[in-house]
Amino acid sequence: MILTTAQATLSHWKRRPGQLLTLVIGLALATALWSGVQAINAEARASYDSAAQSLGQSTLEILEPVSSETLPQSRFAELRRAGWLVSPVLEGRYRLGDRTIRIRGYDPLTAPVAMQPVNLTDPNDLLGFIGGTVGFVHPETYAGLELSETDLEIYAQAALPLGVLLVDIGTAQRLLDQRDAISHLVLWPDQPAGLESLRKLAPDLRRVRPNQTSDAARLTDSFHLNLTAFGLLAFAVGLFIVHGAIGLAFEQRRAMFRTLRALGVPLQSLVIVLASEVMVLAVLSAVVGVALGYIIAATLLPDVAATIRGLYGAEVTGNLQFRRSWWLSGLGIALAGAALASAQALWRVSKMPLLAPAQPRAWLRASSRGITIQLGVAMGLFLVAGLSVQYFSGLIAGFVMLGSLLLGAALILPGILSALLNMASRLSVRPLTQWFWADTHQQLPGLSLALMALMLALATNIGVGTMVSSFRLTFTGWLDQRLASEFYVTGRDQADADALLAFLEPRSDAVLPIWRVEGALNQHPGEVFAVADHPTYRDNWPMLRAVPDIWDLLANGEGVLINEQLWRRDDLSLGDTLTLPDGPNLQIIGVFSDYGNPKAQAIIGLSVFDRVYPNAARLGFAVRIDPEKVSQLRADIREEFDLPDTLMIDQASIKSFSLGVFERTFAVSGALNILTLGVAGFAMLTSLLTLASMRIPQLAPVWALGQTRARLAQFELLRAVLLAALTTVVAIPVGLVLAWSLLAVVNVEAFGWRLPMFLFPSQWLVLGGLTLLAAVLAALWPAQKLARTPPGDLLKVFANER
Amino acid sequence: MNVKVPLFLLLFPFAAFGQGFAGLGTTAADNFDVPELGTVFEFPTDHGQHETFRIEWWYLTATLTGDDGQDYGAQWTLFRSALEPKRTESWDSPQIWMGHAAITSANAHFHAERFGRDGSGQAGVTAVPFEAWIDDWSMMGAASVGEDALDEIELRARGGDWSYQLSLEATGPLVPQGQQGYSVKSEDGQSSYYYSQPFYQVSGSLELPSGTVQVTGQAWLDREWSSQPLSSDQTGWDWFSLHFATGEKMMGFQLRDREGESFTSGTWISVDGTPIALAPRALVVSPLGFADVEGREVPVSWRLRLPDYGLDITTTALNDQSWMPTLFPYWEGPIRFTGSHDGRGYLEMTGYEPAQN
Repeated sequence: MILTTAQATLSHWKRRPGQLLTLVIGLALATALWSGVQAINAEARASYDSAAQSLGQSTLEILEPVSSETLPQSRFAELRRAGWLVSPVLEGRYRLGDRTIRIRGYDPLTAPVAMQPVNLTDPNDLLGFIGGTVGFVHPETYAGLELSETDLEIYAQAALPLGVLLVDIGTAQRLLDQRDAISHLVLWPDQPAGLESLRKLAPDLRRVRPNQTSDAARLTDSFHLNLTAFGLLAFAVGLFIVHGAIGLAFEQRRAMFRTLRALGVPLQSLVIVLASEVMVLAVLSAVVGVALGYIIAATLLPDVAATIRGLYGAEVTGNLQFRRSWWLSGLGIALAGAALASAQALWRVSKMPLLAPAQPRAWLRASSRGITIQLGVAMGLFLVAGLSVQYFSGLIAGFVMLGSLLLGAALILPGILSALLNMASRLSVRPLTQWFWADTHQQLPGLSLALMALMLALATNIGVGTMVSSFRLTFTGWLDQRLASEFYVTGRDQADADALLAFLEPRSDAVLPIWRVEGALNQHPGEVFAVADHPTYRDNWPMLRAVPDIWDLLANGEGVLINEQLWRRDDLSLGDTLTLPDGPNLQIIGVFSDYGNPKAQAIIGLSVFDRVYPNAARLGFAVRIDPEKVSQLRADIREEFDLPDTLMIDQASIKSFSLGVFERTFAVSGALNILTLGVAGFAMLTSLLTLASMRIPQLAPVWALGQTRARLAQFELLRAVLLAALTTVVAIPVGLVLAWSLLAVVNVEAFGWRLPMFLFPSQWLVLGGLTLLAAVLAALWPAQKLARTPPGDLLKVFANER
Repeated sequence: MNVKVPLFLLLFPFAAFGQGFAGLGTTAADNFDVPELGTVFEFPTDHGQHETFRIEWWYLTATLTGDDGQDYGAQWTLFRSALEPKRTESWDSPQIWMGHAAITSANAHFHAERFGRDGSGQAGVTAVPFEAWIDDWSMMGAASVGEDALDEIELRARGGDWSYQLSLEATGPLVPQGQQGYSVKSEDGQSSYYYSQPFYQVSGSLELPSGTVQVTGQAWLDREWSSQPLSSDQTGWDWFSLHFATGEKMMGFQLRDREGESFTSGTWISVDGTPIALAPRALVVSPLGFADVEGREVPVSWRLRLPDYGLDITTTALNDQSWMPTLFPYWEGPIRFTGSHDGRGYLEMTGYEPAQN
């Protein structure tokens, strides 16, 4: 019997393949966006983890110098001879052809197993490795290397992190030109008992616990959370389509259900058959969706990888793997979503009186109670949004706020539309107008889900668009200020740099040192820059907060400037003191904006830098010069010093590079944005199709009273446009609140900077126009169907033959 | 799995000789020097390293008695393995160092293992002043001017929860093994340079998890270097160093052959240190009792017969489980023997593979 019932219910899809397609496409799209985003996140996280694990950074403690960049290699033997099991590591950046890679040198004889990703089983391999002729890189990094630029034999080794060249400690010292230097010592997990304490043996070294999560993972967390939020939003919007499609399929089969029940099929069997049908379709769609998600992720991954490299310096593979974590989550969410979307329809079937016809009017009555409940929930959500921003901090709180805000706004939408329609209905006098308003009102419950989806998509579009445009405006202006110097050059070594300075001084208006050391600032990974006392900074440097005479104080070594990220993260104020890495405490005298930098940064005067970091490398210079002369200067330097182009960069190139990183970052948001809007338009179409099939009984009397079918179809179109327009109007303020939350809450939490908000009304107009166009397109088909409904069908309503 | 395991199996593929391990791969050395008959040792230079030979060791075993009345054994070994026959002062020096140390009591066996290389001073050997070291393990010459550098040495090593510190003083001369230090390892002609100092009197202390034990006893140092591989049929060896109650000493070993008869050889050392090389196969060794050690059947009790010297003794291990689970695992522990002669000594056995199931 169940089989027969299933045959009957399934025959519906055979007759309406378009509807089947709608359902499958809708669910597949929703799943695709979600699983695509998850796939990207999973791949990136896997890259960070493998980077940390294969080199032992996530499990091993290290000893690093407190007051210098490196420590002499003799400290290694000293500690070993005192019984401590330590192993030396030297790390640094190295230019190979036109690429900069990270060099990691280690000692395979003393290194703990956890940090040995390369198998040196053959004595000849070991000989080559410690003999300094062999290095290893990840296959993907290998593919991009100019092997002719090095005399090393480089081999691909998949167990390595991306962008790292693994060599022997001695090779690293040679390549980085740091003889007898090591960056840090790795401590074996188990040390012998009875050793003299490290505090006594090595007071100059600091013991650092392993990072359970790698730096890269922590720095990029916010980026991935952003993507996840987008994926979830896209999925939510996609669910509206599924809801529409399932609703339609159930609605159109009411007569069949009635017949089946009348023939004796128990309600339970019917519900089981229908539920199984939905689940089978969900699995089918999920498979399609996961496949699509893979395509989306694979397409976006190179851009995402480039963004992450540009923003955070972390390497992410460009190759997507089919990981269980994300495809399972895609399948799961598709099934859960289908269950959610079909719950209402199934419930209706189970409550359906055996011989009941369709009752749209009754829906409306029930729905006015629903609107009241929705309003209550929306108010609750707004309260949650307010509270989360008031009493909690962190990115999660930011997203809770965003989520509550958007959902609340969506829930309140039918209430607002209903109130507006009531008002319009009361204001109109002509019977036909009154009918139009009342009829529109009656359709509201059926359309409200699609409208909510549309509203969400629009608000997101406006919000993200406003954020991106505000960011672009601020960022471009900031770059102009920050990159005031026309040309930047770095020496290969100290001798180079000294000669460069002498060479540049007579040829330019000013040569400004750019010297820096890395180190922790208030426990955050950070860097300290030294700047000269020069109008370039006085006139241009973008300050957010500053004490009077800030530049004089800085030049006298009486203060430090910090970037916005550090200022906000630690809630610092002007006048607080900041401890420089290995250095003195200085008063904070200013805060500057520093977009795009994940690290904490401090700026000090040259005098302080000279005193505190006498041994730091002093290789970089910013050159003030007539922009016309830049290319000549570049050529002169190349000729004189044989400096590779990679060590010289002009202002225009940095700007275009920075803006390129910026654009790529938001290209992903943009792509997801457009997809979301497309999904919302689709939702509208399916809802209108659902409604159209129920419209005949309501339209027939109006037709009978003398309105032509064409006129009625025009009304249908007008109604769709009107509702879409009203939705757009509601979406604009919601979008702006969203933009504000992104700029003032989420960005601050995620990146540490706050951006001023600018309004772009022209964007809204374009978006509004697009929305109306989408609404017209979505309504066109149902309206046309109506216009072509044979009069006989309309007459049947009165013959009670429906 | 430690990637270093296969690495060092190839680096130190000791199939074996004398005290310690020789063997040196299965292919002939490229450009490495080989021992030559008739070479005369030069001290103190020859106490130091011979980087043009592929493999070398400073190998010391001590049979000790504690102030608690218990027997103990101690081992200290530094191996050198060369990837190429040269040495530099920097990281690219192709000399690899490996240290093994152990303390054995009747019911416990503590052991540790270390690796290192040239380039930083973490490990190495200097002839003058004499020191062999890896990390905080060291064998340091403490002899007065005029004496041989190895006449007095200070020895220390440390494991996870144990350590020892021993002072050793020689009461006899250095003893060249084989033909004036040229020691033949097989009938195919494989050989090594080999000398010993078997006359050490020891005093010092062991730091054990259960507390400190003051010890005294005897010790035996072997110095050996070579470049040649073992013959491929040889599967392992059983090596004995014996301190007789009479003050005489004996070194004896058996090289087990996969198919044919085992090869045995050794040296009888008189009280004044005069060595007498034993004729090949004059020494007859036969296992008496086996113990299950790490899944292997290991003969921990032996009968040794040397008819020319009226020797017929039975050895028993202080601890049947004197297993060195190092990258290249082997059995090494103190023994006692009775029969025609009484005394104490050390036994080393390699090449006992886990039972095949």
